[in-house]
Amino acid sequence: MPVAHEGRVPVISTILLAQGHDLLAQGPDWIKFDVAAFLGQFWSDTIDGLTYGAIYALVAMGYTMVYGVLQLINFAHSEVFIVGAYAVFFTLSALGFGTSAPNLSTAALVGDLVLAMLVAMLVSGLVAVLLERVAYRPLRRRNAPRLAFLITAIGASFAIQYAIFAWRGPNPEPAIIMFRPEPVFDIGGVIITSQQLVIFVAAIVLMIVTDQFVNRTRLGRGLRAVAQDPDTATLMGVNKERVIVLTFLIGGILAGAAALFYMMRVPAGAQFNGGFILGIKAFAAAVLGGIGNIRGALLGGLLLGVIGNYGATLFGNGQWIDVVAFVVLVAILMIRPTGILGESLGRARV
Amino acid sequence: MPLLELDALSAHYGRIQALHDITLHVDEGEIVTLIGANGAGKTTTMRVISGIRPVSSGVLRFDGQDVSSLRADLRVVRGISQSPEGRGVFPGMTVLENLDMGAYTRKDRKSLGEDLDRVFELFPRLAERRTQAGGTLSGGEQQMLAIGRALMAKPRLLLLDEPSMGLAPQFIQQIFRIITEINSQGVTVLLVEQNAQQALQRAHRAYVIETGRITKSGTGEELLADPAIKEAYLGVA
Repeated sequence: MPVAHEGRVPVISTILLAQGHDLLAQGPDWIKFDVAAFLGQFWSDTIDGLTYGAIYALVAMGYTMVYGVLQLINFAHSEVFIVGAYAVFFTLSALGFGTSAPNLSTAALVGDLVLAMLVAMLVSGLVAVLLERVAYRPLRRRNAPRLAFLITAIGASFAIQYAIFAWRGPNPEPAIIMFRPEPVFDIGGVIITSQQLVIFVAAIVLMIVTDQFVNRTRLGRGLRAVAQDPDTATLMGVNKERVIVLTFLIGGILAGAAALFYMMRVPAGAQFNGGFILGIKAFAAAVLGGIGNIRGALLGGLLLGVIGNYGATLFGNGQWIDVVAFVVLVAILMIRPTGILGESLGRARV
Repeated sequence: MPLLELDALSAHYGRIQALHDITLHVDEGEIVTLIGANGAGKTTTMRVISGIRPVSSGVLRFDGQDVSSLRADLRVVRGISQSPEGRGVFPGMTVLENLDMGAYTRKDRKSLGEDLDRVFELFPRLAERRTQAGGTLSGGEQQMLAIGRALMAKPRLLLLDEPSMGLAPQFIQQIFRIITEINSQGVTVLLVEQNAQQALQRAHRAYVIETGRITKSGTGEELLADPAIKEAYLGVA
């Protein structure tokens, strides 16, 4: 036996080595390990990832706040978001926007976009409040078990999706181009476009306003009280039902704003099931940062955006974005099961 | 006219009846205590009065008005304030924020400072810890915070649910002394206690509750002298 081996083993290893070399040299087209591209695009990937991540974070706020107050995962929140995208589409179409960037003064453009954002905020906010009243409140009145809420949430998600399907059909609405992204900053060859800047800054400002509202105002304090201990909050004179409505309203408003920014990046984003993937990723962002935690949603969203981009560049194509993002999510949750900043609306603050 | 009046009041948890025709009253300026064993219905009675649990039959009157179906948060506005069983301190809020939650319904925000001073006078420990998170306080400090927070609502009726529970003996003495002091400042108190000895000594009048029914009532001294009470609640054979 040893004799037979002596001759063969080196031959086999040589063949394996040759094949391995081949794999590394050319590689299959579905996966690469392109460190040079990763390093070369590191900063532009970071900036673009932060832009996307800011959108995830805005949507994640809705998941995390509703969870914080009701311990309910509002699966229909992705539809609250997509309804906002339709509101943006119809508003901007009515204002004359279409498949090519309009020829407007900056002031007129900003005015139109702010109007579209306000309409989307209003529509998404109303849909979120309506959803709470129609789907969740009757269950709460009857003290339904948590599983009933979950299945209702999934049902509501489908109901809204297919209501849109019945109304607008399966295809996405025509693209809306709001403006052509112009380079604003050029830092050592790394370009930041006007679009990236607008999305990132506006999203962060909205989230800071929300955070301050929750932490500094009387109503916000009532909201945190309900999140920490609903019965005791009631004993303090907090109207729990009003707090719940407020929570859905805030979540919806932020999702509506997110819809405008999303449409900047994905001009033909208004589609009946177009909220699904974004909703899943925003939910993942909320979990990553620590569900129930507002600052966690921001952190989780930005991280998820950036990590997905790095993965896509490293492994060679955009389909890797979600794979990498979710693998990292699972890995982080194995180390910190309650997310990076931990659970609960109030607890993380002090 | 009594400040608080329960007239043949019943309450249920699902199909299980927790309270059977409870009739009791608390007059303005009194300390009234409700004593009873674990599970007798003391906390349920408190929760029904504050509106966390619904009344299934009977009438609950506050200041002469039927409040049986009034929303819990609006009862706070009327002047009913509760320090709940288990204290219910908001763990993620500071001592100051917790106290401010007590004043949530108050419109006269300007006079909050005076009331805060008054609470700090009663509980100097809270003043020392004003910026500390509620969840990091000791059990006794949390109890002080829960009572102080209930006072911040400027209540006419203060409901105290087991304020001595889980406290060290020196804290228990202190808490009961403070309850008497609060009462002497004009706040009517309904006190639920397992520590019957202390409660009966402090209270003007008392009721005994057993398996959801009021079985005895009288002045604190009367019940302290009652042989059956002595045996059942005061640990005297």
